Amino acid sequence: MRMKFFAALGFTVAMGSALMVFATPPPAGSGSITGKVTYTGTPMKMKPIDMSKEPSCAKQHATPITTENVATGQGNTLEWVVVYISAGDEGTTTPSQGVRYDQKGCQYLPHVLTMLAGQQLQIYNDDQTSHNIHPLAKVNQEWNKSQPPGSPPIDTKWDKPEFIAVKCNIHPWMHGYFAVLKTSHVSVTGEDGTFDIKGLAPGKYTVTAWQEQYGTKTQDVTVGAGAATANFVFTATPY
Amino acid sequence: MTLKKFAVTFALGSIALLTAGARVSTAQSHVNSPDPLLGTPSVATETSQVNGLTGHAEEGKHQYRRFCIGCHGPDGNGQGMNAQWIDPQPRDFTEATFKCRSTPTGTLPTDEDLFNAITRGFVTTNMPSWRPLNPQQRADLVAFIKTWSPRWAKEKPGAVLNIPPETAVTIESILHGRELFQKLECWKCHGPEGHADGPSASTLTDSKGNPIKPFNFSTGERFMCGDSNRDLYRIFMTGLDGSPMPSFADVIQPNDAWDLVHFLRTLQVALPNNQELTLWQSYKAAHGKDLKPIGPDSAGGAQ
Ligand code: HEC
Ligand code: HEC
Repeated sequence: MRMKFFAALGFTVAMGSALMVFATPPPAGSGSITGKVTYTGTPMKMKPIDMSKEPSCAKQHATPITTENVATGQGNTLEWVVVYISAGDEGTTTPSQGVRYDQKGCQYLPHVLTMLAGQQLQIYNDDQTSHNIHPLAKVNQEWNKSQPPGSPPIDTKWDKPEFIAVKCNIHPWMHGYFAVLKTSHVSVTGEDGTFDIKGLAPGKYTVTAWQEQYGTKTQDVTVGAGAATANFVFTATPY
Repeated sequence: MTLKKFAVTFALGSIALLTAGARVSTAQSHVNSPDPLLGTPSVATETSQVNGLTGHAEEGKHQYRRFCIGCHGPDGNGQGMNAQWIDPQPRDFTEATFKCRSTPTGTLPTDEDLFNAITRGFVTTNMPSWRPLNPQQRADLVAFIKTWSPRWAKEKPGAVLNIPPETAVTIESILHGRELFQKLECWKCHGPEGHADGPSASTLTDSKGNPIKPFNFSTGERFMCGDSNRDLYRIFMTGLDGSPMPSFADVIQPNDAWDLVHFLRTLQVALPNNQELTLWQSYKAAHGKDLKPIGPDSAGGAQ
């Protein structure tokens, strides 16, 4: 689902080119790490977003969409958590294939987009209104560009790993993240809180789960031939 | 700029001078320990090139201590001792994000951009004009400012925006500029008449999360990043990094940009000797009622 598919695709491409360059390619793994991300405590509420100031967007949503800073599901699950290999990875070649980010109905799709440092990123405005896309980068350099309806996609990339908050100043409710990583071994949790990091060679890994409001949690996982399990529990606060 | 604003700016400027003196003595009290202000490794080597002058960070450091430290701070992060009273906040040089650039959004400004910003000051803020310092001193300060972020060692400034010669100021040009103001939705922040009261205006924050207002064209206030039509062209093309004001360089064609410049001048109703305004007012006297108002209901742009 979502990035998982692209990540896997990118990985295949990367491994393909690596094979041609290196005499002994890193082993293409069949192992994986799966698990679930949940919370304890009381998270902030998902609030409906009032888009009445932008009718062309408001009418695209039969029921108002809600804020996504902390997106929860049945059974205390957390959506939009980025789970990735933070240590122990074989190293990844940046795939030639890019990733796509959309502004649609005055919302960022997907809310959190993962990509590799140096990977091509294309940003589309699918709306009938201007957006200004303003990634508030700190490690990389922030920029801020207007993108009126019908403009070509903005073609860009990020050089360094960083979780970059993205906003539109014209539509202050628009809020998302670029998760720029050193690894393509990443999975973003769905509403059911589950993730699945595929294509891992047997070995020891450090896995990190990042949630935009609650920060990171890390654990060490040993992967054999099949699926290893790792669950993460964040402490939620109502603000 | 109002007289009151000026007085505040002046007073804070003088405080900066006084506190700078105090700072020097604190620094001297621990000459043997590493001084945070002197700690940036590139102070010995960083230079700037402005109008045939070479600025040296080592020299700029002394000027910084005397004139800038009270606001921009001993660590260059904009947290000097006067910063708490200042809105907008003094620039944090460690982020190397600058408003007045001739270079694309997300890239470093040129030495000349920084030199001009220091010379001009930021009229509507507490950042004074440093014209009283001689050009060599200002060039030295530019070099010193570049020691606060490692980006200056790793990256080059972006490619300078090419500004073609100005087109003629005509009614057609102003009318087309007005269409662009509608279509590109400048009014959502700046307001239909440029009064800084667009629908998004009250929600704006800068990149540090502090509230910020769009520029109000109607007051006759000067632009922070320069006063000429060329400056105005550059301002909206490159944007003001660190603020909500985006770059339009990728979406406005060069001659269209001049049309927008001409229209923006007509919003500056309090600006004296405003030839665009004079032309526009005589046009409006005859055709004003045919003009669709700018804003959400106008057919010209997106709702
Ligand atoms: C009284 C406080 C004050 C003093 C003293 C001061 N500054 Fe500033 N400076 C500011 C403020 C406030 C801003 C930010 C204005 C804004 O963001 O609109 C600023 C912004 C700047 C910028 C950013 C330019 C850009 O394009 O973003 C530079 C460069 C700068 N100052 C240099 C200096 C130098 C050099 C000195 C000393 C010679 C100095 N300042 C002294 C308050 C001060
Ligand atoms: C998302 C809101 C937003 C939009 C859209 C926007 N602006 Fe701005 N603009 C601002 C803000 C905020 C400032 C003040 C920045 C500051 O004080 O640092 C500003 C400042 C300016 C300035 C003054 C800069 C100076 O040097 O003092 C000009 C000129 C300007 N904008 C022109 C435009 C034009 C032309 C458009 C449309 C093509 C536009 N703006 C669209 C928010 C916006």
